[in-house]
Amino acid sequence: MLTSMAMTRRHGRIATIAATAALTAAIFVLPAKAAEVDPKAVVANYADIALAGYEDSLTTAQALKTAVDALVAKPSQETLDAARAAWKASRIPYQQTEAFRFGNPIVDDWEGRVNAWPLDEGLIDYVDGGYGTESDENTLYTANVIANKSIEINGETVDASKLTPEFLASTLQEAGDIEANVATGYHAIEFLLWGQDLNGTGPGAGNRPYTDYDTANCTGGNCDRRGEYLASASQLLVADLEEMVGNWKADGEARKTLVDADPTEGVSVILTGMGSLSYGELAGERMKLGLLLHDPEEEHDCFSDNTSISHLYDTVGIRNVYRGSYKRVDGSVVEGPSVSDLVKAADPAVDAELSGKLDATVAKMEAIEARAKAGEAYDQQIGEGNTEGNATVQAAIDALVDQTKSIERAVAALKIDAIAFEGSDSLDAPDKVFQ
Amino acid sequence: MRRIISQMRRMGPGSPLHRHAATSPFLLSYEGEETPSPVCFTNHLSPIAWGRGTDADWSSLPTKQRFLSLTQGGRGGEPEGRDDEGVSGFLSKAAALLLAAGIILSLVETPLAQAEETSPNLPAQRTDLTPEDRARVEAITKPATDFSAPEQFELMQGGAGTSKKRVNQDAFSQFSSNLTFEEEGTFKLGNGLFRKLWVSSPSSTQASDGLGPLFNARACQSCHLKDGRGHPPENTADATSMFLRLARAAESEEEKRLVAEHKALNFPDPVYGNQLQDLAVPGLTGEGRMKIAYEEIPVTLGDGTSVSLRKPNYSVTDLGYGPLDPRTTLSPRVTPQMIGLGLVEQIHPADILANADPDDANGDGISGKPSVVRDVPTGELILGRFGWKAQTPSIRQQTADAFAGDIGISTPEVPNHWGDCTDRQTACKAMPIGVQERLGPVEAPDPIMELVSFYSRNLAVPARRDMGKTAVLRGKQMFYEAGCASCHTPKYVTRRDAPNKAQAFQLIWPYSDFLLHDMGEGLADGQPVGVASGSEWRTAPLWGIGLTQRVNGHTFFLHDGRARNLTEAILWHGGEAQAARDKFADMASQDREALVKFLESL
Repeated sequence: MLTSMAMTRRHGRIATIAATAALTAAIFVLPAKAAEVDPKAVVANYADIALAGYEDSLTTAQALKTAVDALVAKPSQETLDAARAAWKASRIPYQQTEAFRFGNPIVDDWEGRVNAWPLDEGLIDYVDGGYGTESDENTLYTANVIANKSIEINGETVDASKLTPEFLASTLQEAGDIEANVATGYHAIEFLLWGQDLNGTGPGAGNRPYTDYDTANCTGGNCDRRGEYLASASQLLVADLEEMVGNWKADGEARKTLVDADPTEGVSVILTGMGSLSYGELAGERMKLGLLLHDPEEEHDCFSDNTSISHLYDTVGIRNVYRGSYKRVDGSVVEGPSVSDLVKAADPAVDAELSGKLDATVAKMEAIEARAKAGEAYDQQIGEGNTEGNATVQAAIDALVDQTKSIERAVAALKIDAIAFEGSDSLDAPDKVFQ
Repeated sequence: MRRIISQMRRMGPGSPLHRHAATSPFLLSYEGEETPSPVCFTNHLSPIAWGRGTDADWSSLPTKQRFLSLTQGGRGGEPEGRDDEGVSGFLSKAAALLLAAGIILSLVETPLAQAEETSPNLPAQRTDLTPEDRARVEAITKPATDFSAPEQFELMQGGAGTSKKRVNQDAFSQFSSNLTFEEEGTFKLGNGLFRKLWVSSPSSTQASDGLGPLFNARACQSCHLKDGRGHPPENTADATSMFLRLARAAESEEEKRLVAEHKALNFPDPVYGNQLQDLAVPGLTGEGRMKIAYEEIPVTLGDGTSVSLRKPNYSVTDLGYGPLDPRTTLSPRVTPQMIGLGLVEQIHPADILANADPDDANGDGISGKPSVVRDVPTGELILGRFGWKAQTPSIRQQTADAFAGDIGISTPEVPNHWGDCTDRQTACKAMPIGVQERLGPVEAPDPIMELVSFYSRNLAVPARRDMGKTAVLRGKQMFYEAGCASCHTPKYVTRRDAPNKAQAFQLIWPYSDFLLHDMGEGLADGQPVGVASGSEWRTAPLWGIGLTQRVNGHTFFLHDGRARNLTEAILWHGGEAQAARDKFADMASQDREALVKFLESL
């Protein structure tokens, strides 16, 4: 449905290039008519890609929910493997939507519910003895809500007999103001499917047995409640993604906020999202910190060892929004006028530079993924003393930093860097800043 | 200037970086440069450099050194066009020479020998502005007179860095919105370290050991929940966002001289030190537990409304190391919110001094005493502006003090590897520490400190809400008319020469004069801190106060969280604030409510 919408907006673009391109595609060739690009159309296409991305995230989350229900109904190695595969598949479209997070306050506001990390897993379920039993800062560090029908939050006894989606979202999530009390979203589900990764920076992911869900031959205790938790968390993920899909539909708040604003502001939102995800979030918090500390706990998808894939698709998502093109889970392509077109019209050299760097970053991320595929997971690559692994991760960090500098050049080329603080002197622009 | 010195000290002989430099090839390019660029001294505000090409030999370095090496790594990756504000080329060259001669370290280690003055040499007038700018600043910071509509720029109460993200529980955790992408990266690394759990020594993770031995928390974030305001313990097991400072006043002539010369703030308990740490590493006993007993005190307002205030009484139970010294006073302190600190740091001293009236020369009953303290790195006398008693002059110093006192981690500023353990706590002093000779002389060497400081400087102030509503505007008028704004000074324009552009020349609305005031016996804890008597407190900034419920799920206010809502907080004001408090108490109820609504919109 959406693809066809976008197709009509292509203005004769050669659509096949992005559709068939591999992740490390050669530099994207743009039509020469870039000067005619309408920023309003760029913003609309961006919103279309957001909608498609969240729709794909939703359908893959629904598939995850189905697989989780099958696991809970009939626990076996096969149903567990299928649920794990569904989880991994759901990460691919979702990570590509992260490029929408930082520019759009409505996404940033919502994001903590679905992708919060890192989490103190002892809140949710049993943990290994090496995890420790208490933490002064988190009284719920080993609350183990699956094993306990009543827990204490901020000195008050809380009924946890029913592990409903409502309970997880409203009571358990960030209980006691502790950010590490992550009770919902992809990473809570990941923990319930894989269990703790006890291998440190050595090989291997979490290894939860399927019998943790087998009420007849239960391992880990409370298999019924574990299944209840997992089903609720999966249901919640679906509901949260439904909400975000709604935000990007025709009258959705996220889309309206963007298209109703000055289109230049919309373009600024796109570039802000690209830069913030590239530098601070991905290169910084998710990669550099873990590399500095050589700490496997500083790994984004730490239970499943899926981090290399998650990071890779973050960078693909950044490239998508720049190119104005997104290859959907079903292989179809949503495409239209792009920021790249705008930058090309303003300064073709900057566009070529940024396009090249976005490709280069994806290639560096693919190198990390290649090592992971060959048996050295991301947490091993950041391990102390792993010179080659460390260098591979550092190369991707460098590439992200490098591409951000070009994003800044693109912002300058489009002369939108000052828009946030300019405007009329009157109170009609209450958000004006004294300068 | 302070910044430059701190940067130089990092590289002085004996510092880990210096030793590292001697063996690290990638510093050669730096040392080989003919004239060190001023940029390398001033642009370290984003202390992690990210550039490529210089990190090649990282992985062969121990972790802490790798942290250190990062500050050197990215000169190629510095953001373009960064201003080199406020630092002359001369200073930088002089700094480079001093660095080369290796004498900076000794200067820093014995700052008091270099600066013996006992009264500060602070500017009476702003030195960072042209006459034209000064006139603009004076005009825009005039108190409001028209309450029919919001003032210009009022929405953005933290200037251009104001966060306009959606208001949610993370409202105090956003970075200043005018940071560069690179600075945003630095902020996020700082955030990572802010939430990092420190572990006890010895540990396999040598980059993050050194906890305690005595401590209040294992991570900054443990007390700074959601970067917001702490609260009194709600059950016996929970005291992490509030603790007791322990100290007594000067007694001997020598002690009085030390305080007069700003060389001591007060004197710690001989056994328990400067604060009560309720937790300890395995094998050691915590110092004790804070106990609070509340007594309800009824208060009747002008219109007959009755309010109950709870008066706390503090004591310590389960003392682990014998009795407290009988002269030791207990001063409870809740964790303050962290928004806008970097902006406060860049308020020009002349603007703070302009409101000072220590002898009440104008006879309005309000004095306002500047907190003069000695800057640890330089030995100079400067203005204290952070903390409940305004005892701390800079965010970096505040960070170092918190590392040492609260977590027990040594830093270049406060190299106490055993945290707040005293010599009388022999078991504590016998515990292992987190210093590794190969990694550096302290447990949290400089890039960690600077990252955490950078994070602390750049937490954005949220935009105002509802500022145009009738009740809010009415409340603002009541706030002014009651005299609240006499101490809760609404606005400032920060320094033009702020080292980081994000904080430079911003119109900000903290609602504080950052001066000390006698707040009366009701709030006094009898513990003097530097120039602040036992009943004097710094005017607390009010920005963000209305989001306390949203961010921290409570409305406990004042230094010890005794007030259960804003009305109670106002009613606790005494001393110099008694007249304003009485005006509030005598207001019609809808005006009181409006005033509270105004506060909630901040």
